[in-house]
Amino acid sequence: MSGAGQSAVRRALSALRHDPLAVTGSVVLVLLIVVGVAGSWLAPSGVNEVDVDRMLQPPSWSHPFGTDELGRDVLSRVLIAARVSLQVGAVSVGIALAVGVPLGLLSGYYRGWLDNILMRCMDVLFAFPVLLLAVAIVAVLGPGLLTAMIAIGVVYTPIFARVTRAGVLSVREQVFVRAAVSVGASDLRIMRRHVLPNIAAPLIVQTSLSLAFAILSEAALSFLGLGVQPPDPAWGRMLYDGRGFVTEAWWLGVFPGAAIFLTVLAFNLVGDALRDVLDPRQLTVSEARRSTG
Amino acid sequence: MGRFVIRRLLQSGVVLLGVTLVVFLLLQLVPGDPVRVALGTRFDPQTYEALRARAGLDRPLVVQYLSYVGNALTGDLGVSFRSGRPVTSIVLERLPATLSLAVTAVVFATLVAFPLGVLSALRSGSPLDHAARVFSQFGVSVPDFWMGIMFILLFAGVLGWLPPSGYVALTDDPLGWASHVVLPAVTVGLVTASILTRFIRSAVLEVLSEDYVRTAEAKGLRTRVVVLRHVLRNALIPVVTVVAVQLASLLGGVIVIEVLFAWPGVGRLTYDAVQARDYPVLQGAVLLVAALFLLINLLVDVLYARLDPRITVR
Repeated sequence: MSGAGQSAVRRALSALRHDPLAVTGSVVLVLLIVVGVAGSWLAPSGVNEVDVDRMLQPPSWSHPFGTDELGRDVLSRVLIAARVSLQVGAVSVGIALAVGVPLGLLSGYYRGWLDNILMRCMDVLFAFPVLLLAVAIVAVLGPGLLTAMIAIGVVYTPIFARVTRAGVLSVREQVFVRAAVSVGASDLRIMRRHVLPNIAAPLIVQTSLSLAFAILSEAALSFLGLGVQPPDPAWGRMLYDGRGFVTEAWWLGVFPGAAIFLTVLAFNLVGDALRDVLDPRQLTVSEARRSTG
Repeated sequence: MGRFVIRRLLQSGVVLLGVTLVVFLLLQLVPGDPVRVALGTRFDPQTYEALRARAGLDRPLVVQYLSYVGNALTGDLGVSFRSGRPVTSIVLERLPATLSLAVTAVVFATLVAFPLGVLSALRSGSPLDHAARVFSQFGVSVPDFWMGIMFILLFAGVLGWLPPSGYVALTDDPLGWASHVVLPAVTVGLVTASILTRFIRSAVLEVLSEDYVRTAEAKGLRTRVVVLRHVLRNALIPVVTVVAVQLASLLGGVIVIEVLFAWPGVGRLTYDAVQARDYPVLQGAVLLVAALFLLINLLVDVLYARLDPRITVR
């Protein structure tokens, strides 16, 4: 990684160390990753262990989060579902980065007709409310974890393309880029070695905020029955399955929802701290377009 | 100004054309034959052939698309695979419910966010400012459907003050409508309010640091006059855009809340169409919402240009 990229990462880490809210968010995220990796060892019961004698039991020592309508341990399901949320966040934002950043690079670097075509395509995707487009894509591809991740990735691609393009437009006018052009460096090398590291800061910020929104979107899709399919646990799906029982079994509504809230909050706290240090003027496009369900 | 409006109109037209292409391609992405998939166990050769012919699926792709756009321009979005009724009227029937929910939520959100955002900026660093920032952080992180479930649990289950779900048309029974709209509108409105509070706070803070505000204060104007005449007038320009974008998003984005509260709007229709694999209805709902979204954004840009003429000079 070049100097500019390393500097952005160093500043990011320093920002996280010095902001108490960001430290809290980071600690929660580290715990979540541990739970995501080791969930099946930490879970006190099997995730799909049905026990008809223990249906809708309130929280107790043996079942700290209670049991669901099939007598399954809610704590175990909440712990194991952490992996799904983190996986969806990572893969869908990975897709959005992998597609959006090259498009934004090409668009901002070459400008002209290519920029026009690519940005109009991004405008088209921006014309759909986030969740509606994700629902439509999942509806035609078929519900499931993979299609949900693809749909969320597609929906968030234009944001990364725009953030990248905006960064490229200002960096390509810098003296060091012109110098690289004048010594005959290839376009690919200039983009990879000089442009990309210098737009790392806004991309890091956008990535952390998008992870939060991606997790919220997956929860919404799962709540609609379009994400993870039963019997696999997902926080949104658990809320969907338990919604008919919440008035008599409040724990079915409270714990999976609290898990989504804490995860998204942790990503947002880290993202906000990063933005304050790395890119204070960045327009929070994704905030304005938060997928209100 | 005129040239700006024409340019924005042309841009929106191009984007709308792109939107029709995406919506059209949705049907092509369905694995297998969409009519057969939609009919499922109700399959019979006659209905199948009739629906395929009506949807024009036996023609070349380009012809299908051109005919889809041509028909859409005349308000014909095809017929439902399930009921056989015109999609346009099915979608339009659901629009008032969504509109009434979205507008109520945005009005509620603005009433909460405006004083909170402005006071939070004017008293930056105060306990109120901290409370406002906690509120906005909470709002952008909480899943709205979870908040809705908690509200149902509290206000319908424990307290019994409000109905847990359902819908009464505003024109049939305004009081009944009001009692049913409170929970979904507050649920959506609180999330929207948290986003708006952030924008209003930062917009007011930005204007407060401008030279003309310092000049107004230096010449001895009372704080109230400075805030009302100089700060708010300028800070509100970008806020108008965000309010409108929120409204536009809510018109098509309240699927989960409409499902949770059994609110029969466009979002619920989209969900039902997905469940029933009624692709023409899904396409129609998505197209209508995207077109509305574009229209509102266009209107906002024009309004924005009226409020701040610098926008037209780009």
